Amino acid sequence: MTVQELPGAGASHRSTPPPAWRPRTDAAPLLPDAEPYRVLGTEAADRLDPALMLRCYAELVRGRRYNAQATALTKQGRLAVYPSTVGQEACEIAAAMVLEEQDWLFPSYRDTLAAVARGLDPVQALTLLRGDWHTGYDPREHRIAPLSTPLATQLPHAVGLAHAARLRGDDVVALAMVGDGGTSEGDFHEALNFAAVWQAPVVFLVQNNGFAISVPLAKQTAAPTLAHKGVGYGIPGRLVDGNDIAAMHEVLAEAVRRARAGGGPTLIEAVTYRMEAHTNADDATRYRGDAEVEAWKAHDPIDLLERELTARGILDEAGITAARDEAEAMAASLRDGMNADPVVDPMDLFAHVYAEQTGRLREQAEMLRAELEAEDQA
Amino acid sequence: MAQALTRAMRDAMAEDPTVHVMGEDVGTLGGVFRITDGLAKEFGEDRCTDTPLAEAGILGTAVGMAMYGLRPVVEMQFDAFAYPAFEQLISHVAKMRNRTRGAMPLPITIRVPYGGGIGGVEHHCDSSEAYYVATPGLTVVTPATVEDAYGLLRASIASDDPVVFLEPKRLYWSKADWSPEAPATVPGIGKALVRRTGTSATLITYGPSLPVCLEAAEAAREEGWDLEVVDLRSLVPFDEETVVESVRRTGRAVVVHEAGGFGGPGAEIAARVTERCFHHLEAPVLRVTGFDIPYPPPMLEKHHLPGVERILDAVARLQWEN
Repeated sequence: MTVQELPGAGASHRSTPPPAWRPRTDAAPLLPDAEPYRVLGTEAADRLDPALMLRCYAELVRGRRYNAQATALTKQGRLAVYPSTVGQEACEIAAAMVLEEQDWLFPSYRDTLAAVARGLDPVQALTLLRGDWHTGYDPREHRIAPLSTPLATQLPHAVGLAHAARLRGDDVVALAMVGDGGTSEGDFHEALNFAAVWQAPVVFLVQNNGFAISVPLAKQTAAPTLAHKGVGYGIPGRLVDGNDIAAMHEVLAEAVRRARAGGGPTLIEAVTYRMEAHTNADDATRYRGDAEVEAWKAHDPIDLLERELTARGILDEAGITAARDEAEAMAASLRDGMNADPVVDPMDLFAHVYAEQTGRLREQAEMLRAELEAEDQA
Repeated sequence: MAQALTRAMRDAMAEDPTVHVMGEDVGTLGGVFRITDGLAKEFGEDRCTDTPLAEAGILGTAVGMAMYGLRPVVEMQFDAFAYPAFEQLISHVAKMRNRTRGAMPLPITIRVPYGGGIGGVEHHCDSSEAYYVATPGLTVVTPATVEDAYGLLRASIASDDPVVFLEPKRLYWSKADWSPEAPATVPGIGKALVRRTGTSATLITYGPSLPVCLEAAEAAREEGWDLEVVDLRSLVPFDEETVVESVRRTGRAVVVHEAGGFGGPGAEIAARVTERCFHHLEAPVLRVTGFDIPYPPPMLEKHHLPGVERILDAVARLQWEN
């Protein structure tokens, strides 16, 4: 039924519809499946590529260790804050794995793990959270946009970059990450709309981890799922189990392929769960019960893959130990890197505000320089 | 002035294939003020793009395009329509160079038609420059003449930093002996200009208030005042030296702008002039600004906008006798 067919709309005084307007009738392929897509523990797992899955496994174990180490660093005062992705590692890792070298990742503040999985040095990735500078790496060198703290504001950037790359004839896909809370922001909607109108090669990955700090999804949206939000923009929505790295990899890789082939954007909702608090500064017991957390613990991304791979004889004790050893080595190197006091130069405050220093900033820089010299002499 | 602005974009696009114009209605229609007229036809819709109607989206996608090496020129259509884009402007556009320690500058020009005097209804006449000048990382310029419209827009597009380019709407139709065939040289950003030399006092102004100040200066001659008029042209960076030199010479100053006075650019300028010229001043630095009210309806705007009379009253008050 279209708007024009609604009872009352076709009253006898108007026998013909107004010109040049008709609703799209091809909305059905845009709709997500009713259930999150799963591979692990289903027949679909028969087709898994063992080598790829072993890589996924090693990355997951490393990712979990990275989360644990970063959280430990907050307790030692080495990090100002850390938003954990324990439980969400499959989303983070898969997002990084499906991208080619020339592609771009647009992470939110929670997605340091995705940046590390893409190859960014863990210490550089944590610069923002440590507090020695906002972005500790050259985004162009790594093709990783700065971690975005304002919610969803990096999504239009991803659209613009992907659009620009396509205008230049370059084979570049942008993958932009956002949380469930971020889907309520205006920039989320504007980004999806621009991407669809421009058919930009972008993949939007929503990690629905259950809560926007303390607010549960039911208080965030009345949509059937977040993946349904794509329909309103003419973007296919995919619903996927965010703890199933095989499913995540498949769905993301398919969306990246589609974007690369000129098929336009995809909206993916990964249904997952944030096992820890929003950050180390948050008390999750105030807004959720242990039973829910325990239920999700039984659906842990590492356990899911480990069970599948050991049952199929792809992974054995030696493989598990090797992955853990590799993760320990990463953690040790991260600790070393973070335990070295960062060298900060106060004069950097003025160095990168404008290409050419304004007179005002020159004055203020001189004031600071004089203060620093006086401190040195004291 | 409108033609000079169009010409500036056209020349920039012809010289540099990375220059892209984008915004609502800028393509087929040529913009509601026709400032982008003909650009889509000449350079194609990929270079002059009609976007969906969403200012945050327009500026947000321009950020991504600039990240990839393009030079977007964004039109915000009307001053008050730019506000949805403020988060992008303040959190990302203004800060990206700083956040990335210089690795990722954003050469975006944001054209904002601003100010009143055209009989526009509400939300079409704001003077929003105070918001922009209060945001570190943004360059803020505004032309008052046809020549500067061309030169400053060329300089803005060429700048490696984001520039908020404020276009005085009521000067769009101003004419001058400016030939688009022989465009003037680019004045460069950050240079104020003495538009009229004088000895009794300095009027410091910019954008739509420049013609008003020049008219006031002529009228003041009858009162025996020989006024100097300084056109700032660039609010950030602020050309303090030109202003200070002028005021030290004349000993008196009035700052004139349409934006409200409280927290407006004039407050900053008056403070700077006072700090730098205290011993040269014969009277306090005065301000003639719009009232501190939401922009009034068209039938009342003439009472709000700083006009010649109000400027002359201020000049009279410069006869400071404690």
